[in-house]
Amino acid sequence: MKILVPVKRVIDYNVKIRVKADSTGVETANVKMSMNPFDEIAVEEAVRLKEKNIATEVVVVSMGNDSVQETIRAALAVGADRGIHISLDDNINSLQAAKLLKKIVEEEKPDLVITGKQAIDDDANQTGQMLAALLGWGQGTFASKLEIADGHATIIREVDGGHMTVKLKLPAVVTTDLRLNEPRYPALPNIMKARSKPITKKMATELGVDLAKRVEVLKVEEPAKRSAGVRIKTVVELVDKLKNEAKVI
Amino acid sequence: MSILVVADHDNAKLSKATLNVVSAAAQIGGGTTILVAGKNCAAVAKEAAQVQGVEKVLLADNEVYENFLAENMAALVADLGKNYSHIATAATSTGKDFMPRVAALLDVSQVSEIITVISPDIFRRPIYAGNAIETVQAKDAIKVLTVRQTAFDAATATGGNATIENVSGKGDSGLSQFVSKDAAKADKVELTSARVVVSGGRGLGSKENFALIEKLAAKLGAAIGASRAAVDAGYISNDAQVGQTGKIVAPELYIAVGISGAIQHLAGMKDSKVIVAINKDENSPIFEIANYWLVGDLFEILPELTSLV
Repeated sequence: MKILVPVKRVIDYNVKIRVKADSTGVETANVKMSMNPFDEIAVEEAVRLKEKNIATEVVVVSMGNDSVQETIRAALAVGADRGIHISLDDNINSLQAAKLLKKIVEEEKPDLVITGKQAIDDDANQTGQMLAALLGWGQGTFASKLEIADGHATIIREVDGGHMTVKLKLPAVVTTDLRLNEPRYPALPNIMKARSKPITKKMATELGVDLAKRVEVLKVEEPAKRSAGVRIKTVVELVDKLKNEAKVI
Repeated sequence: MSILVVADHDNAKLSKATLNVVSAAAQIGGGTTILVAGKNCAAVAKEAAQVQGVEKVLLADNEVYENFLAENMAALVADLGKNYSHIATAATSTGKDFMPRVAALLDVSQVSEIITVISPDIFRRPIYAGNAIETVQAKDAIKVLTVRQTAFDAATATGGNATIENVSGKGDSGLSQFVSKDAAKADKVELTSARVVVSGGRGLGSKENFALIEKLAAKLGAAIGASRAAVDAGYISNDAQVGQTGKIVAPELYIAVGISGAIQHLAGMKDSKVIVAINKDENSPIFEIANYWLVGDLFEILPELTSLV
């Protein structure tokens, strides 16, 4: 079984982001970039399936300028077999990303696509579902457990009421939630080995997808700040404030 | 302009989140139709017909919609929705699951988790876990939206008199199959619609100690929340997690106990009206957004607070 794992390069989750002064976006120059954490979980899950001899090959795909090859290398260093770099200069919307991924799926013919439930930059939470729709495949979103058997994937999904279990016919798309696994750190010898694993570069413009943005970002701003609060000394005082000042209890 | 709102419900009752989406639809302007898809959910359709500002209710009552599987829901919503200018639903785990699939089937983009309607095609939404807000313009003919429920007031649930029309879809996709779902506790206050939320973090130290949070919540009639650290440590189940990757809440009163205030937690609760933070570390980031904060031992503070409220 072959697994395709789409990953996105984003600002590292530990970095406090800064909105650009001209409100055109978020400062990315000289900022630490990493693999989207949900995608790290997706790579880990795919590699574990390979280690259990369920998967035979793990292919990682990422879109962007040449710097995304570094993100692909990070996935190769934890056990993915090879990478595909879709070369792209501008940002695109999730639908266009899903259409580009569909082209890769048609070429690679994986049995399973695993990706993060959302990227922590635009928080859209769309690409996996859209890819599944375009392919006419089933989808298992927000997975906290994944089991493969008899041509099916059984997935425990994290939903608002608790958990929901669904069974999907393969091929299918699975998106990862936080508790699916804890990604490993790459070992140094594997980082070295990853350097010799192949990455194929493809131009997004040559994949036959209309890349025009259909959602345009007009402005990016800082969120409204809350005014400073007061330090309370005793529980009695707190209860008094809540009852008589804030009037919420 | 015409807006199709896909109802969020449990086959018995309409969720409050749907009322928030109807408000967002009213701000977009134009007639609002609610689609209720489920099994044996005629009662939900009747409820939806009472909501003020709703012109029509479409009822798709079929066992294939019982568990709101995305493959079946999306096929139905895309088929009905192609005749509308906007399709909107609440950004619940169900809405987030099927709505992007609808957008892709219609070959249009989706705008996720809108918090402001500026015009019928311009919306504001949070990015980077709420650390920035972007204003976007949707250029497709059909605008597919998910709505952050805490950002919009609920529409009035009664007084409306919409007509109910039965519709049917394509049936089962055969792609996915429902296996099981955790049974929700009947007495539990729902986190995303609660007036008061009491949340515990790693500071509680154990699952047994988390009972202190439950006692205070019970006294206040509050929902129970938790930080990701508390969930990961196994003090409470994942559905209580408040944060960018968990539930987004905005109650009148949010009490954070033993929670230091990681960015991703703050993103899930910083729009609460009044925030109380209790922590032993006076440098906790959560104090920066709290209206009232108390530095001290939560094992002394919580029992006293529970006895006084």
